[in-house]
Amino acid sequence: MDIFLQFDLPSILLGSLAALACGLLGNFLVLRKQALMGDAISHVVLPGIVIGFLFTHETSSLAMMLGAGGAAIFAVLLIEVIRRIGNVEPGAAMGVVFTTMFAAGVVILEQTGTAGVHLDVEHALYGNLESAIWLDAYSFSDLWNWQVLMTLPDSVRQLFVVNMLIIVFIIMFFKELKITSFDPLLSASLGFSPKWLGLSLIIMVAIAAVAAFTAVGSILVIAMFICPAATARMLTDNLKTQLFISGIASLSAGLFGYLLAAFGPGLLGHEFSVSAAGMIAVVAGLQQVLAMLFAPQYGVVMRRRRQRAHASV
Amino acid sequence: MHDRSSSGLHLLHDTDTSKRVSPKDLPFAVQGMTVAYHHKPVLWGVSYSAPKGCLTAIIGPNGAGKSTFLKAALGLIPKLSGDTKVFGELIEKALRRIAYVPQRSAVDWDFPATAIDVVLMGLYGQIGWFRWPSRKHRQKAMDCLKSVGMQDFANRQIGQLSGGQQQRVFLARALAQNSEVYLMDEPFAGVDAATEKAIVAVLRQLVADGKTVLVVHHDLETVRDYYSHILLLNGQHVADGPVETTFTSENLQKAYGGRLASTQLDGLSEASNS
Repeated sequence: MDIFLQFDLPSILLGSLAALACGLLGNFLVLRKQALMGDAISHVVLPGIVIGFLFTHETSSLAMMLGAGGAAIFAVLLIEVIRRIGNVEPGAAMGVVFTTMFAAGVVILEQTGTAGVHLDVEHALYGNLESAIWLDAYSFSDLWNWQVLMTLPDSVRQLFVVNMLIIVFIIMFFKELKITSFDPLLSASLGFSPKWLGLSLIIMVAIAAVAAFTAVGSILVIAMFICPAATARMLTDNLKTQLFISGIASLSAGLFGYLLAAFGPGLLGHEFSVSAAGMIAVVAGLQQVLAMLFAPQYGVVMRRRRQRAHASV
Repeated sequence: MHDRSSSGLHLLHDTDTSKRVSPKDLPFAVQGMTVAYHHKPVLWGVSYSAPKGCLTAIIGPNGAGKSTFLKAALGLIPKLSGDTKVFGELIEKALRRIAYVPQRSAVDWDFPATAIDVVLMGLYGQIGWFRWPSRKHRQKAMDCLKSVGMQDFANRQIGQLSGGQQQRVFLARALAQNSEVYLMDEPFAGVDAATEKAIVAVLRQLVADGKTVLVVHHDLETVRDYYSHILLLNGQHVADGPVETTFTSENLQKAYGGRLASTQLDGLSEASNS
């Protein structure tokens, strides 16, 4: 049991919380047809993270968060400037900014010698979920012991705080996020600036992306921004319920993804385990496929059945 | 007409210049509006002031810039020149006094929201930042749905409503905004007869309550029945005023050119003399 608490639980927490942070915000990205913004932002923040790291020489620090937030704002402004001055479509402007900034991040990473530490390109892409350990935990009662809880890995505690922040953000701005996503024109005329809310959402996305990025890597962050939200959308027509379902879907993808990765190969008689971050994304994808097939109202199966019932009447 | 810039009076195509109108009494005054898409002018220096408390149709041929006129006046699309004043205030500062009902295609109807959710959005301005709608707000939204005959569909997801029902939800939302000026972009486009009736009833109620209502309208046959005033556009301002004096075959000929058959024109204008 010690091994589960010390090695498996912190990884599960890390994966689930990373999934939750992205999954919740993903609802609004998907509704705004900005699903790929999560991908763009997770790349764009790299130079900000590296610069933040250079100042403090600590991974998972506040400086890295601030750097990431700053980079996200800079990117959004730059996209807007290029779009206006260059008179190009937003997608093109986004593409230019996001590749350039990611490249700049890699250059700084290599040039400053930071690449030797945790912040190497492979980890940036694939994450580092299995490295989370919690050596102070010996029994399940430690889960109720504040002092022992505080010895959880930095990345886990940081993701916990980020999730709290995201949940408070969504509760506070639920109505505003809803109206700016549905009808920006009305929203602007009522005094809720779609620009400012859009920017705040992007900053939150940047924070979630950075916090999740050490756990699941920037490639998989995009899966977590899209899959849980898309899964939840198949299952309900109510935005509040959708947020709730996407939260459950994110957490369970984190849990089952890790368990499958760690123990699945063992069950099949193999000695190795597979990448937990990868498996989390696979589970998130499977959830979506299941929802698309079997959702009560929008699922393919039920729609077929209804059509057949309709035809036979 | 000494101080043309401040009186706003020159906006009115009125023969009666002796009566001074303060800009504060003009609910929706557009001045010199010019708009171009890709260097091609769509609207040329349109000046117009909506008569207060009246129901006005904006009519003109396809491509006359009717929707563009509303959008540019509201500041929703870029314009080359012109400004809009709402009761003497620049529109940017008076957006809350205006309710705009866009064309149905303006929003994503797959959005996870019910009819009453959408109507509640009209109340968000009154609810204010951070606060969640209360039971009182829901009640008010329900009342607005009732006045367009949609109370039975309150909890239906908006994508599962018919086009006409969606239009009525939009209208209910505008009612919830409780504004002084209502601008509607083709509310009658592609709706069923029941919806058309419901919309007309609501428009009349709004005017009875003293609101100023401007509607982009397509169907020339119903202009006379529904509206008291018209604004005729064809890229430029052609004419505006009461239906009886302005909805004439001469003006329609000017606005539509050869696009209306002369028999059509005769039919429409004959009705005016009856």
